[in-house]
Amino acid sequence: MSTTVESIAAEQMVTADGIPLKVSLARARRRARNRALLLVAPLFLFIFVTFFIPIFSMLFRSVENELVGETLHRTVPLLQNWDESGDAIPGEEVFAALVQDFAEAQETKTAGRPGRRLNYEKPGFSSLFRKTARKAEKLEPPYKEAMIKISKDWGDIEYWRVLKRESGKYTKAYYLSALDFSYDPEGNIVKNPGEESIYIKLFWRTLWMSMLITVLCLVLAYPISYLLSTLPARSSNLLLILVLLPFWTSLLVRTSAWIAILQQEGVINDFLVFLGFLTDDGRLAMIHNQVGTIVAMVHVLLPFMVLPLYSVMKTIPPSYLRAARSLGANPFTAFVRVYMPNTVAGIGAGGILVFIIAIGYYITPALVGGQSGTLISNLIAYHLEASLNWGLAAALGAILLGGVLVLYLLYDKVVGIDNMKLG
Amino acid sequence: MALPAHAGKIETIWYYTFRVLCGIIFFFLIAPIVIIIPLSFNSVPFFTFTSEMLSLDPAGYSLKWYQDFFTDLNWQGAVQNSFIIAIFSTLISTTLGTIAALGLSRSEMPAKTVVMGILISPMIVPLIISAAGMFFFYTNIGLASTHLGVILAHAALATPFVVIVVTATLVGFDQSLIRAAATLGASPVVTFFKVTVPLILPGVISGALFAFVTSFDEVVVVKFVGSYEQRTIPWAMFSGIREQISPTILAVATMLIILSASLLATLELLRRRNERLRGMSPG
Repeated sequence: MSTTVESIAAEQMVTADGIPLKVSLARARRRARNRALLLVAPLFLFIFVTFFIPIFSMLFRSVENELVGETLHRTVPLLQNWDESGDAIPGEEVFAALVQDFAEAQETKTAGRPGRRLNYEKPGFSSLFRKTARKAEKLEPPYKEAMIKISKDWGDIEYWRVLKRESGKYTKAYYLSALDFSYDPEGNIVKNPGEESIYIKLFWRTLWMSMLITVLCLVLAYPISYLLSTLPARSSNLLLILVLLPFWTSLLVRTSAWIAILQQEGVINDFLVFLGFLTDDGRLAMIHNQVGTIVAMVHVLLPFMVLPLYSVMKTIPPSYLRAARSLGANPFTAFVRVYMPNTVAGIGAGGILVFIIAIGYYITPALVGGQSGTLISNLIAYHLEASLNWGLAAALGAILLGGVLVLYLLYDKVVGIDNMKLG
Repeated sequence: MALPAHAGKIETIWYYTFRVLCGIIFFFLIAPIVIIIPLSFNSVPFFTFTSEMLSLDPAGYSLKWYQDFFTDLNWQGAVQNSFIIAIFSTLISTTLGTIAALGLSRSEMPAKTVVMGILISPMIVPLIISAAGMFFFYTNIGLASTHLGVILAHAALATPFVVIVVTATLVGFDQSLIRAAATLGASPVVTFFKVTVPLILPGVISGALFAFVTSFDEVVVVKFVGSYEQRTIPWAMFSGIREQISPTILAVATMLIILSASLLATLELLRRRNERLRGMSPG
């Protein structure tokens, strides 16, 4: 309503230089905005180069599939005309191209990697490629018979179907395996049978364990945050040290502490044996399983729950509870109906934060999780370091990252990213 | 929250039960850290209390794991690397983070939430994903297995902490002080060093401490981007726990606990100074 008045006034007013005030003001604003942007730019560029480009290029690996098409660059275009739904393998022309491709690959020593790539889709490809590349140079036409003589796999239509399917520039095969789907011999996408669906199982385990850890953190954090917020400043600051010291202590220190405490020859087992509750050979297995992961992770993440809860609870005036009591509520009702609704913001902030950290956790499960207590991050690390199936690792990582980003947006909705506080 | 005089029997019981409950939770938080300290003086290579230790027999205690730490080249190299990497990545992240925070807290900053969300995302992305991405990318550009590569990676991971802490300090910053300095004839540079810096310094230092600890405690990215030559203390602890577990790890842990306790004390002093400077608390 007042804008029109202002704009009329601004049009009529001029600065000392004779420039209309409106123009001058807009210019000053633009300059101020550019100055602010200029301050943020260096960090933005730095993060972009050192962090975002690496992440995006890694995620690209989950669909990237240039290797096969590059190595078999004569065969692959010819395969486009071959009908894979029939039951005849490709003709002589394709075989001739294939022999040329393999002869070239043998010279440049590039036959191994596409073989390994296709081996993820159908075991046998790796040795088939190596064998063929070794002998391709000496082959004489007719190539079809000669190739099938090297390995009768070349006469098997299933190998040809896989080769055609995975010869494109991009593949969805990694995402399919990350979600426990695979191709049947006819090339249809089917769900893996229950006992082979390890990834979905692991995603579920990661979800429910993170959920349990978050709930346990909340249950443990709520009473002590409440106590901290009601005590006089001097004693609450003292007790806060008990929360902050673990927060600032190295993660590896806390994890090794739990190993010392929980292991078979550890402090708890020794104590229970000493007291006579356990026999020496009946020691409890509390580590290298889910119990170990959950206990250690609750300990590691508890401060992340206490700090936001405490900062919210500190702002709730004690008179609220007293008012509820004076209006006739019993202590329990007053607490549940008046106090707890006021702490929802803190529960949301702490809960989402703990959950985000928990679902991507790697170190503690790797050290104390054993077989049953590992999470999806550990499997990603396994595919990066041991099985070297980087495409699958990237696909699993992309799914995990997607989940985390959704939670991050939720956090922004509930708490606001610019309200994030530390310590 | 003292017990009111009119409290009934049930309330009294609940009051003490609640306190005991809280005591147990605090015990859960602090006991694992405290328990490591005596265990690191064990004279035998176990992670547990021996009967000699429990009977306070001096023969049950020894300093040999500390001696092992100070004489072992594996550990000494790790200490050196940890400090080099942490100090340089702290310098980079604190400089860039502080400048960005100054921009972010200006009222003219467009799309503040989005920019902030992007800048602090390295803190949110699971470490294994960051580590994997950096591993591939840094290998391609020849930075893998170099100190520089690990320093840049850690700087990227640490900047969100600096941005958050310094931005929080700037919330209470009175922008009219800058205008006052300008009207008194100070150039922007002089204003920055004479007015802005002294006021935000406590925030910058606590941001730097966060950055230092982030790098000092980080292991996943070092494992992927670095190699043995870049091994840090957490790296050595991680492989130590996986391979052959020795109480030297507990000796290292004890020293790290002392380090984090002194960091905590420094931060607390800075916080008090910050509040005093802004007149938020009497003293």
